[in-house]
Amino acid sequence: MIDSGSADLISGFRPQMLKFARLQLQDEAAADDAVQEAIESALLGIDRFAGRSALKTWIFTILRHKIIDTLRERGRTVQISSFERDEEELDEAFDRLFKDNEHWSPQGRPQAWGDPEEALAQRQFWQVFETCLEVLPARTARVFMMREFLGFETDEICATLVLTTTNCNVILHRARAALRQCLTNGWFGAEGRAS
Amino acid sequence: MMKCKDATHLMSEALDRPLGRGERMRLQVHLLFCGGCRAFRQQMDFLRLATRRFLERND
Repeated sequence: MIDSGSADLISGFRPQMLKFARLQLQDEAAADDAVQEAIESALLGIDRFAGRSALKTWIFTILRHKIIDTLRERGRTVQISSFERDEEELDEAFDRLFKDNEHWSPQGRPQAWGDPEEALAQRQFWQVFETCLEVLPARTARVFMMREFLGFETDEICATLVLTTTNCNVILHRARAALRQCLTNGWFGAEGRAS
Repeated sequence: MMKCKDATHLMSEALDRPLGRGERMRLQVHLLFCGGCRAFRQQMDFLRLATRRFLERND
């Protein structure tokens, strides 16, 4: 069920979504379609969202995904937007944490994160967290959020997005590893730590 | 000895499906000797917790 509060929230995002889609697609009608489809997909599982930030992150992830699909259908080389990192780039960054024998390198070895519970109580932490989600590549973010925001099982995600199970697992691992790295750099690393 | 990179894949999959008995045992042995992977696992658990809180946050 969609209550009027969620409907208001979503219509509030619409102008910003349209602006974003027009900018990327350079085509009014296609932008309208992408926004409409994104809103329809986002309504799925809307009752999972208590707050505005998480819902907005989810809706814009779907929109980015739709835009990339539209560009692909046009047969155009997809321009990776400046805020978006390529999946391959993420894998390379992850590989750099390891030695040739696939054990952690001294610099790459994960260090304990101090007091993560304390982070959850801080407003700035959530800004970092949101940003880390927003810079994930569109497909990576969508699979991750279907799993973690909407609580889908992996095989449901694979079936919906036409991916193999292995592919789904690789994408989820990529998303988690990237978020871990992003939070380490943006929050838990000594110098990035806001005081 | 399981490689750390393979261990990270198993730790991610453990959030999505129950690991098999053999997988679980090999991972446990690896974690016993690998502080880096123990930190990685705690951070995976934290990510799930943070995502839940993010959804519940009423902002």
